[in-house]
Amino acid sequence: MGNGKFAKEFAKGIILANPVFVLALGLCPTLAISTSIDNALGMTLAVLIVLLGSNIIIALIRNFVPNITRIPIFIVIIATLVTVVNLIFHAYLPATYEALGIFLPLIVVNCIILGRAEAFASKNPVASSIADALGITVGFMLALLMISFIRQVLGTGGLSVFGHDLFTLPGLRDHPIAIFILPYGAFLVIGLLMGLFRRTGVMKNE
Amino acid sequence: MNELFAVFLGMVLINNFILVRFLGLCPFFGVSKQLNSAISMGVAVTFVMAVSSLATWLIRHYILIPLDIEYMNIVIFILVIATLVQIIELFIKKTNLGLYFSFGIYLPLITTNCAVLGITLINTNQDYSLSGSLVAALGGGLGFTLVLAMMSGIREKLEMANTPKSMKGLPIAFITAALLGLAFVGFSGII
Repeated sequence: MGNGKFAKEFAKGIILANPVFVLALGLCPTLAISTSIDNALGMTLAVLIVLLGSNIIIALIRNFVPNITRIPIFIVIIATLVTVVNLIFHAYLPATYEALGIFLPLIVVNCIILGRAEAFASKNPVASSIADALGITVGFMLALLMISFIRQVLGTGGLSVFGHDLFTLPGLRDHPIAIFILPYGAFLVIGLLMGLFRRTGVMKNE
Repeated sequence: MNELFAVFLGMVLINNFILVRFLGLCPFFGVSKQLNSAISMGVAVTFVMAVSSLATWLIRHYILIPLDIEYMNIVIFILVIATLVQIIELFIKKTNLGLYFSFGIYLPLITTNCAVLGITLINTNQDYSLSGSLVAALGGGLGFTLVLAMMSGIREKLEMANTPKSMKGLPIAFITAALLGLAFVGFSGII
């Protein structure tokens, strides 16, 4: 496979098929953990490991899996990878493990992972499946970072990443707009962002 | 008894599955366009949540904990849920064909609904008793159905409303969910 095709599969996931804003997949974790940049990065790392692993394994075995039992097989592969990620996070990133809570094991039922396995990795060779996994993860990361950035800055009045204070907004620091850090703020931010993307033509109207 | 009631009320109104815990959002935005399908989906999910909570509690306490393989939680739970959904689907198809057709595509889709795996993980994390797990599952399912039904009513009206072109469909549904969630904050004082 040439570089051109690899780049194409990679770029597709970032804008045209952005999993969150365009396909509206994986909404549960996106909304739930986008309260801080730390959580967004932790979630991205977990999704990267699981998606990359499942896309590679499924692309490798795609010719041996009987069509009728493919979904249960994919689910077991994904569940095993999620268990591994869960144990790794518990051991090496305990703070992130606590912050992500049940959304770390819930990656099993994240439609992005099974969706890519079914729609892409089960029909394509390993190299393009890797490109697909990386592109989709970058698209997921950008969406998460965008939402988390807005929520964290408006909801806490500043930005700190892994304990380093990057900046604070003096007025907001004392009186942050708490709704953005609460669950309802997540719905508000993603709704407004989607509307904005459609208005500016980045995304198509319905 | 009081404690169970508090768990139930908390699941339905305060820690609502959709609005606060963000579980089961895919059907929330996918199915909530019509009242009928919203209620069918809600009932199906509630039923599967209750049966899965029962099954996973028994498996956890009689197999996983004695064998000390609790780290296998995720794999076992998802297999149990997938199997249960299949069995329930076959059972309904044999016994009540009308109900089977009214559930339609929603039943098989429940396997990948995070509300179902979510409730089993919540039961595990909170270490609820058997009755506690069951009550939590029923409360969570009822809260899910309630919000799904409310949302479908609102969306039926929204179709007719004069929303800006770029906000039509999903974006305005998200904003509506935010407002609905804010309204539910009013319940947080009752326990």
